[in-house]
Amino acid sequence: MQTERYITRSSRIRGYSIYLNSKLIYGKSPTAPGDFLNQAYQDFHINYPKFHKMDNMSKLGLLASEILLKDQLYKTRYQPYEMGVLLMNASASLDTDIKYYKTVSEIPSPALFVYTLPNIVIGEICIRNNFKGENAFFVFKQFDATFMAQYVTNLFENNDLEACLCGWVELLEENFEAMMLLVEKSGSSDAMAFSKENINKIYGEENG
Amino acid sequence: MREVFVASDNIFSPLGRDSAVNFEQLQIGRSGIRQHHKSKTSAHSFYASLFQDEVFDPGSTYTKFEQALIYSIEDALKRTRLDARDDKTIFILSSTKGNISLLESGELDNGVREKITLHHSASLIANRFGFIHQPIVVSHACISGLLAIITGMRMLQRGLYKHAIIAGADIITRFVLSGFHSFQAISPEPCKPFDANRKGITLGEGASTVILSVDANMGKSDVQIRSGSVTNDANHISGPSRTGDELHHAIRQAMEGAEIGASDIDFISAHGTATLYNDDMEARAINLSKLEHVPVNSLKGCYGHTLGAAGLIESVVSIHSLRQNLLIPTVGFSEIGTVEPIQVIDKMQSREMSTCLKTASGFGGCNAAMVIVKE
Repeated sequence: MQTERYITRSSRIRGYSIYLNSKLIYGKSPTAPGDFLNQAYQDFHINYPKFHKMDNMSKLGLLASEILLKDQLYKTRYQPYEMGVLLMNASASLDTDIKYYKTVSEIPSPALFVYTLPNIVIGEICIRNNFKGENAFFVFKQFDATFMAQYVTNLFENNDLEACLCGWVELLEENFEAMMLLVEKSGSSDAMAFSKENINKIYGEENG
Repeated sequence: MREVFVASDNIFSPLGRDSAVNFEQLQIGRSGIRQHHKSKTSAHSFYASLFQDEVFDPGSTYTKFEQALIYSIEDALKRTRLDARDDKTIFILSSTKGNISLLESGELDNGVREKITLHHSASLIANRFGFIHQPIVVSHACISGLLAIITGMRMLQRGLYKHAIIAGADIITRFVLSGFHSFQAISPEPCKPFDANRKGITLGEGASTVILSVDANMGKSDVQIRSGSVTNDANHISGPSRTGDELHHAIRQAMEGAEIGASDIDFISAHGTATLYNDDMEARAINLSKLEHVPVNSLKGCYGHTLGAAGLIESVVSIHSLRQNLLIPTVGFSEIGTVEPIQVIDKMQSREMSTCLKTASGFGGCNAAMVIVKE
């Protein structure tokens, strides 16, 4: 029995540009990652004060998820345990690890230490949206669409989930990029099938 | 869905170098927790379960973290018929902080940045053993080890691979200890899970490996990993759920997946970190799951909190508990102190057993539950 699953929305943050469903919707000239993320938060009118205490990686992940989920009806469509989050990256939480360790010789900062785990960005997205289903953070040298497709498909086939937010949230010092997909069991006529090929297409589109 | 057997396992800890030795030490009530005075790690003395320095080769090209993993995997592999180069084998690594100690060495050039990444350690280890496929690294706070086993189980159940080598480790460094101290989460004495006088976490070092296979002839085949489930509290990034409902949901899903009821569970291997809030949350979840009469242990009093290795070490101990029909007591516990009653195992007990529920919870609001069954 083959159940179809669809990528119903996608967001992509790369090269100081933001894409929604592969369309460029926002662009800025290069600046510090934190400044870019704060500016985008303002420009997209995201009203969530907790954003300001997050580390850069959580800000990046939260921003990508806000753009992805904006104006969507998923909150009425799905129960909290039906929504899952799968995220991956290459550098885990190294960006904040470095910042935290600089505080250790003076007064170690608990506010930074809590962000020295890569899955905290998942926790932040779950808190924001009241998602309570399956969640997992994996580390790969490079973006791995095959694993993403396998893992999420497995959760759907097991009836663990009705919808899943999955993506890549990578940030280390000056370099950052994110991609986030909303995967659902049904989609409109223009929704893409949730497949390795289509994930790679969305991830790689801006490469030209 | 395919049956997934525990073909082999290892615990490499301050209590011993293989699972059998570790289990013997637990049976005589040993704990790896000692008081340490290590100025490199902390300005003040602290309690932790740490490896002795001479266990590792300072001249090795591998770090202490990687050496612990290599030793653990090697020992587990030699107890199977598995060919590491088999193309139906997947390697899954679990860790929270991996080689973070390299941050403490001072220089932070690109080479050091690369060596700190978990995928780098995973590749080194995969090359060392000749694993063919790109390794999968789970880094999901304190549920990492359990999530790694659940991930391997799922991949095998779905037929993506036939064998999974799942290994986890964490090393206690200044980075980790200072962080938990900054949270005021470190106990001033060896931790006391579920106890009325519990005062927080004691940290520990360790590595552990579980080898899963759908082939009953690869190694042992008397114990299976049946099902697993993961949930999120969606409440707070560094504090557990107030209700325990989310861990309860993971427990319920795992029990449904294994097609078992509350009366089938012989014991629970809980997370039991000995913080006030974690242990209360677990007690609530256990009561919500109607498992308040089921014996519960926490192994944090023996191993400390071994972070990314904890779910693996505690699962391996539980597997051996099922095999030997022995319930391991909760070292450090003397008087129940949770908000709701649970049956904490306080002395060694021998009884026929077939089913264990393993749970874990961690920062980021994550919870995991897994069902282990002896046939």
